[in-house]
Amino acid sequence: MGAEIENVVVARIEKIEPHPDSDHLLICQMNVGKDEPVQIVTGAQNVFEGAIVPAALPVAKLPGGVVIKDGKLRGVPSHGMLCSMGELNLTVHECPGKEENGILILDECFGDKIGADIREVLMLDDTAVEFEITSNRPDCLSVIGLARETAVSFGRPLSVPTPAVKPLGDGDKVENYLSVAIEAPDLCYRYAAKVVKNVRIAPSPMWLRMRLAAAGVRPINNIVDITNYVMLEYGQPMHAFDYTHLDGSAIRVRRAADGEQFKSLDDIDHTLDSTMLVIADEKKACALAGVMGGANSEILDTTKTVVFESACFNGGSVRVTAKKNGMRTESSARFEKGLDPENCMAGLLRACELVQLLDAGDVVDGVIDVYPTKTAVTVLPFEPARYNKFLGTDISEARMIEILEALDCKVANGKITVPTFRADLACMNDIAEEIMRVYGYDKIVSTKIVAETTEGGRTPKQAFGIRVENALYGMGLDEIQTFSFISPKYYDKIRLAENSPLRRSVVISNPLGEDTSVMRTTALPSMLEVLARNANFNNENVRLFEMGSVYLPDADAAKLPYEGKMLTLGMYGDADFYTVKGVIENLLALAAIKGAAVTAVSDNPSYHPGRCARVTAGDVTLAVFGQVHPLVADNYGISMPLYAAEIDFDALFAAQNPDKHYTPLPKFPAITRDFSFICDEALEVGRIMAVMEMAGGKQCEGVKLFDIYRGAQVGENKKSVSLRMTLRADDHTMTVEDAEKITKKVLFLLEKELGLVLRG
Amino acid sequence: MKEKLQQIKQAALAELQAPDCDTEALRVKYLGKKGELTAVLRGMGALTPEERPVVGQMANDVRAEIEAALAERVAAAKEQALIDRLAREKLDVTMPAKCDRVGHQHPLTRAQREMEEIFIGMGFEIAEGPEVEYDYYNFQALNIPENHPARDTQDTFYITDNILLRSQTSPVQVRVMEKQSPPIRVISPGRVYRSDALDATHSPLFHQMEGLVVDKGITMSDLKGTLETFARKMFGEKTEIRFRPHHFPFTEPSAEVDVSCFVCGGKGCRVCKGEGWIEILGAGMVHPFVLSNCGIDPEVYSGFAFGMGLERVTMTRYGIDDIRLFYENDERFLKQF
Repeated sequence: MGAEIENVVVARIEKIEPHPDSDHLLICQMNVGKDEPVQIVTGAQNVFEGAIVPAALPVAKLPGGVVIKDGKLRGVPSHGMLCSMGELNLTVHECPGKEENGILILDECFGDKIGADIREVLMLDDTAVEFEITSNRPDCLSVIGLARETAVSFGRPLSVPTPAVKPLGDGDKVENYLSVAIEAPDLCYRYAAKVVKNVRIAPSPMWLRMRLAAAGVRPINNIVDITNYVMLEYGQPMHAFDYTHLDGSAIRVRRAADGEQFKSLDDIDHTLDSTMLVIADEKKACALAGVMGGANSEILDTTKTVVFESACFNGGSVRVTAKKNGMRTESSARFEKGLDPENCMAGLLRACELVQLLDAGDVVDGVIDVYPTKTAVTVLPFEPARYNKFLGTDISEARMIEILEALDCKVANGKITVPTFRADLACMNDIAEEIMRVYGYDKIVSTKIVAETTEGGRTPKQAFGIRVENALYGMGLDEIQTFSFISPKYYDKIRLAENSPLRRSVVISNPLGEDTSVMRTTALPSMLEVLARNANFNNENVRLFEMGSVYLPDADAAKLPYEGKMLTLGMYGDADFYTVKGVIENLLALAAIKGAAVTAVSDNPSYHPGRCARVTAGDVTLAVFGQVHPLVADNYGISMPLYAAEIDFDALFAAQNPDKHYTPLPKFPAITRDFSFICDEALEVGRIMAVMEMAGGKQCEGVKLFDIYRGAQVGENKKSVSLRMTLRADDHTMTVEDAEKITKKVLFLLEKELGLVLRG
Repeated sequence: MKEKLQQIKQAALAELQAPDCDTEALRVKYLGKKGELTAVLRGMGALTPEERPVVGQMANDVRAEIEAALAERVAAAKEQALIDRLAREKLDVTMPAKCDRVGHQHPLTRAQREMEEIFIGMGFEIAEGPEVEYDYYNFQALNIPENHPARDTQDTFYITDNILLRSQTSPVQVRVMEKQSPPIRVISPGRVYRSDALDATHSPLFHQMEGLVVDKGITMSDLKGTLETFARKMFGEKTEIRFRPHHFPFTEPSAEVDVSCFVCGGKGCRVCKGEGWIEILGAGMVHPFVLSNCGIDPEVYSGFAFGMGLERVTMTRYGIDDIRLFYENDERFLKQF
């Protein structure tokens, strides 16, 4: 604790003279336990001749890396520094009644310690060790509990002193002061109390204050410090309250009334309800059981009679009460884990023993102990062979018994009697764990599973997902991952219609912030966010994809939402509409989906009305893609064209044709025929191709666009389209006459359906 | 005549030596139907019967010699032409490539797939479960009843009183055990949610990978063996693992598991913060309460479960020091994987 302090000693000021050149500096001749006095100049005004103070002697070190060396103050040599409590990293809580802003004036009793190291004298040479205590071991939230574990770990005996309270013998007894009734035995298992009269409130002695400070507890006064000390030592939360503020002598441990008002001792008002337990007198609640005392019965400097309470409350109830009232305390944190009612009495007696030790009051004889149902003792079978089989170990029975007994379990007649403070030991696994952790987790050997074989592997859908991802990497798209929760404002950013069903999201009731408050129904905004971020980083030619979930709420709020998998693409730079279309077509080919149709979409508010399309297979929409609407791009601060696609991965998987069949390679050569038309700009090439394919029948192997031209020669709002048709018969070499016949049919249908004639 | 033949041969061979000779023209000139050699042979009739075979033989030799020289000259010319062409076609190999771009797997996916492959190799299947989950599966069925202090360690996002964002992948264990009877060997990677503000080491959304094995006679040493196999494949053959006692409500006994630092081998370095060990997972034997809750008799079957944070493993593995990089998706970051 005082590790940063070096060369600070207890010293006495022998003589004080004014500084010749300063009206606020003082020259002190110090006795530092050596033959010669040491001269130190100080600016503090609370010093006096004879005062015992901490003096830092060069070269000294103080907390915060401060180094004290010899120096001169206005020409007068100073061989050190007198220290304030702050300079030693202490507060008024460790040094009650001392001047906070001047030099720390130590008590007269340190007069025989002149020259001694301040760390030793102020007990700053202690070491604090921090333990992480798991929630199943409330017994270890105490010095005794940890001592027990330490003893077991190092194979050393443990001795726990039994607290002894000397009888007062004045004929007075606790029953003259108090009676206790537990009215809610389901929430309070035991309530024990003792009374201390002629209380002498004072600061605790330094050893006690320093021990509390080391444990992170603020010292207050002897009575309050005793309750905290016992809690840390025994793990038993204690409460002390001022007897004189009780109305009547009957303590009732009862449920609060709904709406009952209570002011806790930190002066905060609470409204209670009937799930909460209070410690009450005849008229009012004096404490919120296991959580905090009331302001009405707080220990004050004037307190003369004190009631010490040592009780055991229901963990769940304390937890809920603390949570509802927003005050988790050291006490509630212990109670909520489930404490041992058998520990109440030891804690209570230890508190009274400390009262006598500190001479803080007179402990009235007798004890109140209301304990309606004694805690049942857990008895488990002792099954050494089973433990070894379960753990894969070969630990001897004798060693097991040794371990269990060191942990205060009694092993006899094939049975284990579990100590009441170990409520966590309830079945075979628990005992196996105790044996193993003490025997040593490092001694667990590694074995391979010997069991029935299992199929293993991925489901067809998982495997398909990986094929799709691999294809996307191959097509040059980088994979991204974004948060599943978004801001509802994101729906505005992508211009979703006010009545869009996608605006209905699964809403998080306790979000971290508005930005992450709803589960997304679309992954498009997250993609656009990432595109914009990359654009801001000046990353060029970005092509991305995300395979992520969307969450579509059920009409019934008590049911889980549908979690759909969406594949979202996003691009900018050297990409355009047809780049996105190409990626989608490649995925359709990968999934062997035949006959998917691409149709123009002009009414999707997120996309450019003239540059958006839907991909369907039968009635099912597989994807929507296109150029992101310029207004949407603008919402993300981007002026260049952005392209995106939203592919329904579940639908894509459902539509795929996983079965592969070999088709014999063509034996006869093909013939190609080229067609050129001039047509209206509005006529989609896809429609021309569809008519040609239909007209070509089964001998048409395919139609490909090989040129498209717009210009003055073809006229305004017109385009020249050139297509090549490949014809092949599977049973003979196609002749010119065969091709001519098909060509005629194609031209006939093109004219009939679309009014197209060959370009002259 | 003999002299004539010798002259023709000398002349032909000499002409073929010329660096820019036209081999086809020379063939016609000497060997063609109207060529010089043919002309000489036509004059054979004037020779005596004794001389005729001698001169015939000689003429044939001359023809063969010229033909051979011609062929050699043609081959040499071809070779030279090829050499010239290849020389002309020389490229500057240091100029930029024209290759298609290749995409990059997200580092989290990359680590996840690698882990999945390791467990698939050991006979595991991949189970999936909902991210928006019932309280029952996330907590109650896992031996974490309402008001249990263990709920404090996982600050949970709630949708309704009953529905939450899963705070761990462990609910998938329960769903698997409800549906399937032993033998069970599954892993379950996925997203989990906890109410932690985003900073360099915390994210309200992260990934876990859960593992579950249930069968007759499964032991704690099987757990260690399985995790050791995993750790060695993931972090290198020399990796050691270390179990430390811990508490999880749904396993008993429970352990925190460290792997020896794959950077320093256990000596202590910056990556392991001088510890020599890196904590990567929590594990234990499935609590009998959880088994019986899912309709599996803990007297007959036993099992183990483990769970690890994917971000933590990935960050450790690739030396990434800020968890936010995973979700910012800066291409300059993504392209490193």
